[in-house]
Amino acid sequence: MKDAFGLPQSLLVLGGTSEIALATARRLIARRTRTVWLAGRPTPALDGAAAELRALGAEVHTVPFDALDPGSHETVLGKVFAEGDIDMVLLAFAILGDQAHDEREPAAAVRVAQTNYTGAVSSALVAARALQTQGHGSLVVLSSVAGERARRANFIYGSSKAGLDAFAQGLGDALHGTGVHVMVVRPGFVRSKMTAGLAEAPLATTPEAVATAIELGLRRRSETVWVPGALRLVMSALRHAPRAVFRRLPA
Amino acid sequence: MSADTVSVTGWGRTAPTVARLIRPRTYEEAAAAVRGCGARGGIPRGLGRAYGDAAQNAGGTVLDMTGLDRIHAIDASGGTVLCDAGVSLHRLMEVLLPLGWFVPVTPGTRQVTVGGAIGADIHGKNHHVSGAFSRHVLSLELLTADGEIRTVGRGTPLFDATAGGMGLTGVILTATVQLQAVQTSLMSVDTERAADLDDLMARLTATDHLYRYSVAWIDLLARGAATGRAVLTRGDHAPLDTLPARVRRAPLSFRPSRLPPAPAFLPEGLLSRTTVGLFNELWYRKAPRARTGELQKISAFFHPLDGVPHWNRVYGRGGFVQYQFVVGYGQEDALRRIVRRISARRCPSFLAVLKRFGDADPGWLSFPVPGWTLALDIPAGLPGLGAFLDELDGEVAAAGGRVYLAKDARLRPELLTSMYPRLDEFRALRAELDPRGVFVSDLSRRLTL
Repeated sequence: MKDAFGLPQSLLVLGGTSEIALATARRLIARRTRTVWLAGRPTPALDGAAAELRALGAEVHTVPFDALDPGSHETVLGKVFAEGDIDMVLLAFAILGDQAHDEREPAAAVRVAQTNYTGAVSSALVAARALQTQGHGSLVVLSSVAGERARRANFIYGSSKAGLDAFAQGLGDALHGTGVHVMVVRPGFVRSKMTAGLAEAPLATTPEAVATAIELGLRRRSETVWVPGALRLVMSALRHAPRAVFRRLPA
Repeated sequence: MSADTVSVTGWGRTAPTVARLIRPRTYEEAAAAVRGCGARGGIPRGLGRAYGDAAQNAGGTVLDMTGLDRIHAIDASGGTVLCDAGVSLHRLMEVLLPLGWFVPVTPGTRQVTVGGAIGADIHGKNHHVSGAFSRHVLSLELLTADGEIRTVGRGTPLFDATAGGMGLTGVILTATVQLQAVQTSLMSVDTERAADLDDLMARLTATDHLYRYSVAWIDLLARGAATGRAVLTRGDHAPLDTLPARVRRAPLSFRPSRLPPAPAFLPEGLLSRTTVGLFNELWYRKAPRARTGELQKISAFFHPLDGVPHWNRVYGRGGFVQYQFVVGYGQEDALRRIVRRISARRCPSFLAVLKRFGDADPGWLSFPVPGWTLALDIPAGLPGLGAFLDELDGEVAAAGGRVYLAKDARLRPELLTSMYPRLDEFRALRAELDPRGVFVSDLSRRLTL
């Protein structure tokens, strides 16, 4: 159960090697979290992540999970929820793709869309139903500022996050009053292995800062969290910028 | 019997969860509800004054017992009452005071049910004399997980597990309670100020035994030499011959006054360091340095906050946390350290009270043990509050103390067994009595009770 400050005792991470997710897990383990399920492709990286969290004192399990195989989500996640209540589900998996390459290779672009959007729709719906049955829990969805308005430089990734963001907002409204809390987290440029080698955008942030914002959002039962908070104003302005102006902005 | 799916919280309005709320009107309906609880179980709920998640059950059933509220029999000569568990202490006072009887124990509010009073084994300002509520319960009827109704007499293991058992042994349906005889419905109150914590502790230690009721309001925002300054209010039921002639004509009248309820939406941060600091300063200054024999109404002496219905809303949407612990006699240094830490941390707390407990109660999970108990309210949104309270827990546990489950919404589960040494017996009894785990609450899930 979550405590008065919204801190979960059990955590399920979808995308168990995400740096933001692991930073969040570390932070929550330092407080109340004792059980962590890391769902992801069974790789040495996933086992390494589990070992790292175990060293912090949590009971950590790994679950083979593939966002690209929606047919399996019901079974895979069903097994996790059968083991006991999950206080928080963190939907963290996503791929950035390579915009220039993916524009030439539609199949690769579709893979980005399927992972970030279709896979998320499927697994979030499965998780939401399980949370609804237990009458409590938070579903935290990692969206991105890139989804707020698609940019020339990364519109394939951006559009997938736009879809995910819209889906998660709607899901949050659908679950209002069921005891399940859906929180959409929109980080800006996060310095991580996903963005390694990319030019840093203004207001860049870190996985640890996102984790801090998530902990605060849990306490406040926030529905939308921007990291850093100033991005909310920036994106609000950019969203209303005329196309001709927006197009000319530096990537 | 109505059933609704609703969001439920405790009095602190934190951590809401959704449950099916069933309001039985007969014992048969209650039994049917318990038998039909389903996989996520059920928990009884009274008037929802537990601060944390004791009367919540996410995804399961919550039995609202306030529909079972009949007073069955009053023995006006022997001073006992047999009533349903859903009867409030307020109702009991309305009915019993004109007959010259008072509830044996009352907490800071009359808006608790008899069932809740037993389940949390509540204490009041007379704990050092009278013990907790369950000590005055002669017997009770308990609806257990098998859907059967058992009569449970005091002194049995099931009674001692149920007293303070947070509703987890079953649903209390009725109770027979021994009452306290009174000549009037007024209190004779002595008030004095204490300049700091040591002064306060010295005064309480020296003269508490002279009073049936004793409590000290403590200013936790005061710093430096004034740390722990307090106002002591102690008293007893006023005897008839001390009343002025005008009041003596109706000495047992009970008409508590009420202000309009707090508005539903109040901004967060209304209770800041500034406003609470100002309140505390005024409250301390307005108290007389020493006054004896002041006549006060029962409602003013015991239940000042009941005058403002929904007063918990003043903390805003974010709600608040109540922290109450006890440390034994001989652990005064731990108490001093904790008070200093709270004062240094500048927690805006205007409802802090310090009291000396008497003998421990027989309930396995009853909170009171001989020692000092401090209770305070803090807005849940105060940055870093969770970690701060964890540190205080550490101090409390190291001093062999414990925190009060009826108020808890955030305890670290690992600390529970050291705080409540009879927890294993409690768990064993539940495993035997309720093997399917029918009775379960958010509190019991969070702390694996």
